[in-house]
Amino acid sequence: MKHVNSIVLNGMIGCGECQSCKKPLL
Amino acid sequence: MSSHPFCFRYGDKTYCFLFDTESGSLHNVDRVTFLCAKERYKIPLTEEEKSEYALVPAAEKDEINAELDELVSMGVLESECGVVMNKKRIGEVKALCLHICHDCNLRCRYCFADEGTYHTADRAHMPVEVGLKAVDFLIANSGNRRNLEIDFFGGEPLMNMKTVKAVVEYARSREKETGKAFNFTMTTNCLLLNDENIRWLNDNMYNVVLSIDGRRDVHNRVRKTPNGKDVFDVIKDNALRFRAIRGDRSYYVRGTFTAHNLDFADDVLYLNDLGFDQISMEPVVTDIPDLAIKEEHIPAILDEYERLARAYIDRRKTDKWFNFFHFMIDLDGGPCVIKRLTGCGSGCEYLAVTPRGDIYPCHQFAENKPYYMGNVLRSSDYDLGVSEKFARNIVTNKPECADCIAKYYCSGGCVANNLNYAGSMDKPYGISCKMMRKRMELSLAISAIESAPDNE
Repeated sequence: MKHVNSIVLNGMIGCGECQSCKKPLL
Repeated sequence: MSSHPFCFRYGDKTYCFLFDTESGSLHNVDRVTFLCAKERYKIPLTEEEKSEYALVPAAEKDEINAELDELVSMGVLESECGVVMNKKRIGEVKALCLHICHDCNLRCRYCFADEGTYHTADRAHMPVEVGLKAVDFLIANSGNRRNLEIDFFGGEPLMNMKTVKAVVEYARSREKETGKAFNFTMTTNCLLLNDENIRWLNDNMYNVVLSIDGRRDVHNRVRKTPNGKDVFDVIKDNALRFRAIRGDRSYYVRGTFTAHNLDFADDVLYLNDLGFDQISMEPVVTDIPDLAIKEEHIPAILDEYERLARAYIDRRKTDKWFNFFHFMIDLDGGPCVIKRLTGCGSGCEYLAVTPRGDIYPCHQFAENKPYYMGNVLRSSDYDLGVSEKFARNIVTNKPECADCIAKYYCSGGCVANNLNYAGSMDKPYGISCKMMRKRMELSLAISAIESAPDNE
């Protein structure tokens, strides 16, 4: 694409074990 | 609208971005595409932008919109939520905030806990028995969770190290038989951070939060002893001695900025100049008139976050590298959608225990009687009725968050702040939202600039 440089696609389970509280830019 | 155009000026360039909230996709775009995106999403253009946009040839606008349409067809722009979750699971606790004492050796003017007392009269310290019962409560109510957390909070937890040490020793002694693994954290004002405490905390704490507000005058203005003495120099020296032995293990110096220091970037950079490399700086949440962040302060605060972001990128290329808590974002390894929907987990997986053993949804609700959930000394009292209310505290249940760029970053904001300052757990506190959105945009821009191959 000429006008768009996608950096991250689809960056968005539930196990509950986590802690609780490249191109030059246009 | 799930796609958000924004810009960030760094050096002699202005970088433009499009962030798609629902898919978590970040696109760097040229200036003309930024203008076309604003027009496409009916975001008002400034007078200067209108003049620029008017000069764009129709053929180029068509070409740009065709590229944006292609991103839409790929599911990485204007994407739909597609995630349905009505309530959180309850009855499986992961973390406890232990109020080791409702007493403090400082009288910080903005303290949400009424100078550590939580509006109680007796400045109670948690007995060892209550601390050990809290560990039993956490183990018994953690279901299949393996990793459990206990935060030592106050008041000032270093005023009651007898209970802190007993809790750690007891919890460790129960790890093998229960299959649980405990992580301990502490938030301290550093006044009692002597050599013995420094060594013990370094050996036993997964994370330590050291409260320092920044420059000497800023700190001393709001954080004094009960008889009005300044403490900055003592606290700074104690915190630096802890930093010196901490190595690369987790800690934060954590400040609060108020209406008196809207130039808070200087406080962050000052803390970095002192030698700290893990820094957090929070906007005060209070209704004390001369300290409170008001609507009229917001433009200056947003500008200050931008100034901090530019200095942040510069410093991270030098030997003054540091990490700022609110500019952290993991674009390709961030939390899962469930975590983002459910937020801090207060009232469900995260609970607070007062010195008497009373259970509340979180530290901000401690001693707020309508939210009483039971007592760790009488496990049969544990009432999940309050948890039911908090279980519906999911960002997709909050209409005002639907189109927000930061909805999966803050998960709808702090429940206590929403209740106390916006009138409802489900209604986000607008002043906090504006700052959060700005920090989100800056986090994305910083991450993009730092990951670009030409970042020098």
